[in-house]
Amino acid sequence: MCQDCGCGDTNLVPVEVQKRILSRNDSVAAHNRDHFAQKHIFTVNLMGSPGAGKTAVLEATAKAFKGGQRLGALAGDLATDNDAKRLERAGIRSKAITTGQTCHLDAEMVHHALHGFDLGGIDYFFIENVGNLVCPAVYDLGQTVNVVCLSVT
Amino acid sequence: MHEYSIVQSLVDAVETSSRSQHAIVRNIEVRIGELSGVDPELLLTAFQVFREGTCCTRSTMTIERVPARWCCPRCVQEIPKGSVLRCAFCHQPAELASGDEIILQRIELEVV
Repeated sequence: MCQDCGCGDTNLVPVEVQKRILSRNDSVAAHNRDHFAQKHIFTVNLMGSPGAGKTAVLEATAKAFKGGQRLGALAGDLATDNDAKRLERAGIRSKAITTGQTCHLDAEMVHHALHGFDLGGIDYFFIENVGNLVCPAVYDLGQTVNVVCLSVT
Repeated sequence: MHEYSIVQSLVDAVETSSRSQHAIVRNIEVRIGELSGVDPELLLTAFQVFREGTCCTRSTMTIERVPARWCCPRCVQEIPKGSVLRCAFCHQPAELASGDEIILQRIELEVV
C-alpha cells in the first residue's frame, strides 16, 4: 500500500527483465555445442512430422557412407526405442530418448542422454527429434545445423 | 503443446528475478513472436494452471504479440509479409527481423 498519503493505492514497482524465457535451455545447448566442438563432431538436429521418414533418411545416410564415417545418433520418441534399434541395425551407434508426455527434445534431455554415450571416434552425430513440426523448432539442442525432413507424397 | 514447459521456464525466470525483493508478483509481461511456435491463448491457460503454489500465484500475465517482420540482410530493406522471402534489389534471402521472440519483458511487484 502507498506509504506516503494513505490513499490505499498499491505500490507497484516495475522490474525490467528482458530475458529469453528459454535462456536456461540456451545455456545447456551452448554447453552441448562446446562438447561437440571439442570432439570435432558435426551435429545435426533432424526434425520432421511423424512418419516423414527421419529414421529412413538416417538409414539411407549410413548406407551411403558405407562405413567410411562413424555415425552416432540419439533418437527421440514419446514411448518406444524402436527408432534407436533401427539405427543400430543400420550401423549407427544409437541411444533412445523416451520423452513420455513431451512432444520435443530440449537441451537438457540431450545433455542427460550424452552421459554414458561413447562419442569416441564419431564424425557425424544425429539427433532425431520427436515427430512434430512445431515445438522442436523452438529448442536449441547444441547442434551444428538443423535439417528438416519432409514427405512430399 | 509445449506451452507448459515454456511456463515452467517462465516461472523459474520470474522466481530468479524477484527472489531478492520482498514483494508480491502482481503481473508479468511477456513478448511472444508470431513465429515463435507458442500459442498465446494456450500459454495463458498453462500459466493459470501452473502458477498455483509458485511465486506467481497472485500474478496475472500480459502478452504482447510481436508480428513477424523480414528484412534484407544486406540493404535492410523491409520485405513485406506474404511476398517471396528474397530481397527484390539484392536478391539476398530474407532474414527474420522479429517474430521469433519468447521474452520475459517486465515484472510488476507489489512492495510490502
